[in-house]
Amino acid sequence: MAEHEWDREQVQEVIRSNKDKPGALLPILHGIQDALGYVPPDSVPLIAGALNLSRAEVHGVISFYHYFRSTPPGKRTIYLCRAESCQAMGSAALESHAKDRLNIDYHETTGDGTFSLEPVYCLGNCACSPSIMIGKDVYGRVTADSFDDIIENMQVDAQ
Amino acid sequence: MTTVYISRDSGALSLGAEQVAAALRAEAAKRNIHCNLVRNGSRGMYWLEPLVEVATDRGRIAYGPVRVRDVPSLFEADFLQGGSHPLRLGPTDEIPYFKNQERLTFARVGATDPVSLEDYLTYEGYRGLRRALDMAPSAIVDEVTNSGLRGRGGAAFPTGIKWRTVLNTPSDIKYIVCNADEGDSGTFSDRMIMEGDPFVLIEGMTIAGLAVGAAQGYIYLRVEYPHAHRALTEAIEAAYRSGYLGKDILGSGKRFDLEVRLGAGAYVCGEETSLLESLEGKRGLVRFKPPLPAIEGLFGQPTVINNVISLASVPIILDKGGEYYRDYGMGRSRGTLPIQLAGNIKYPGLIEKAFGVTLREILYDYGGGSASGRPIRAVQVGGPLGAYLPESRFDTPLDYEAFSAIWAVLGHGGVVAFDDTVDMARMARYGMEFCAVESCGKCTPCRIGSTRGVEVIDKIMSGIDREKNLVLLRDLSDTLLNGSLCALGGMTPYPVLSALNHFPEDFGVSAAEKVA
Repeated sequence: MAEHEWDREQVQEVIRSNKDKPGALLPILHGIQDALGYVPPDSVPLIAGALNLSRAEVHGVISFYHYFRSTPPGKRTIYLCRAESCQAMGSAALESHAKDRLNIDYHETTGDGTFSLEPVYCLGNCACSPSIMIGKDVYGRVTADSFDDIIENMQVDAQ
Repeated sequence: MTTVYISRDSGALSLGAEQVAAALRAEAAKRNIHCNLVRNGSRGMYWLEPLVEVATDRGRIAYGPVRVRDVPSLFEADFLQGGSHPLRLGPTDEIPYFKNQERLTFARVGATDPVSLEDYLTYEGYRGLRRALDMAPSAIVDEVTNSGLRGRGGAAFPTGIKWRTVLNTPSDIKYIVCNADEGDSGTFSDRMIMEGDPFVLIEGMTIAGLAVGAAQGYIYLRVEYPHAHRALTEAIEAAYRSGYLGKDILGSGKRFDLEVRLGAGAYVCGEETSLLESLEGKRGLVRFKPPLPAIEGLFGQPTVINNVISLASVPIILDKGGEYYRDYGMGRSRGTLPIQLAGNIKYPGLIEKAFGVTLREILYDYGGGSASGRPIRAVQVGGPLGAYLPESRFDTPLDYEAFSAIWAVLGHGGVVAFDDTVDMARMARYGMEFCAVESCGKCTPCRIGSTRGVEVIDKIMSGIDREKNLVLLRDLSDTLLNGSLCALGGMTPYPVLSALNHFPEDFGVSAAEKVA
């Protein structure tokens, strides 16, 4: 697999500014993912060195948490809620619509690199089910039609 | 100048509150009208969001749900003076859904600008802390103990007893940790309070620090709640600026520092020991207990770990006294519960009531029945690890013990309704699947049993050796129930077996031959 270019200096800066916090690993991983969109596997030795952890320990933490990713995401990540309240309001149908429409499954990115799709187990927007989140924006009472509208508007934005 | 309120709650935003706020600003500018737009929390009546409230001399007048295209007509109807309009709902406080609640913990949510310290103080904020600053630590703990407050995160352990243990454990360093990893589907009261009244949580944690002698607090917040993160960050900064946090709280010489830490999408980190591991920068693996976190918690130090609502209930207890709070409720469930009503329901929302209200009252008197207009067939209470209840259980009062008595859990107070199109075998399968996705992997029954559980339910649903596989499913559930360290493995049998017991026909078993 081709290595993605990433900014080593940016990662070092995140590590520097967080490494003295108690329990610094999660803040560091968040900082790197906020900056780059993912945690490059090549950054693991830098993190491990700074925190005096083994690379295996750092990798173990990255892989344990659903939110952290080791590959770059699409321009927009769509988080689709699969939890019970959303299911009671038709999220299973929305889920198949989204996969068909984007032509990808969960944990995948569209061919043009625009959208990634991730399942999420509750956005706390249960009173407006079914819900999705794109970036930091939550959308409630999402239907197949409104899903299409939302992503079409995004595609315009992304250009 | 007239004040107009539109919520910044993520539920309201998810229905277009931001666009409505922008349209209101633009329309006001076009008409050369000056009004003060405040972004409040949500009143919790989500079928009315985006809700627009106008402050008048007759109180706040509500309009909703308001869409962008309704904005010009609102101005034409002179809504800034409370004018008549098809979306006019009258005074917010008089809407029956809202009026018939008992809001103690949520008293300010929707009333104030969540990040305005000035608003918080105007609405009786920080009175609990001021009182606590004049009290001995032990007296603060007594007050909380007397209130009867039990953990609102699900386990319902008495808060005062937990605090007493931390107080009595000698150590130079102690911590207050707020479990804001509200991962249970159907629950959103933590999110609403963090977005709608973050100061009440900050105040509650500060009081907890004074009570047990802890100078550092952490809020472990789910990454799925970006709006709560923003509101908490703004409120914490404001509290520091005005001396409500930091090295000399209101000139008392007492110190309390507070920081928000983000989780990373692991349900199991809502379990207190997993959460502590995660906060220490590790995989969120469940710890063996003992030692209790109250004795050896975060970084090995004595730690109070409480849910958001538990801590947010502390300020009113300190302000008005433990007895005031204890006078609400029934049996050993004292005070109020912020009930979250969601799923297939006509009027979903947040209903804070004293313990003892029945499920039926919540579903029909408040909820108005299903959203689809079809009969409500099943209700899951207490999140993904809670039991599914049929109509015959709807008269159960919301009370920890009453729920235990029917092999169900009240948990965090989330109520999710399903109409009669639900397939309960599929919901049971989902219960196992969820456990498989979210298991931390420490215990074999949870790690492997959940995957096997999905397979067994698949066989039952396909009619393969149904009798044998039903026996196997019960046996597997028994192993999960008794062989797991934490509630994830230990309670997954609740949704699975309650679905099977109450809705056997969905598993291809006729009610007559059900094994109960």
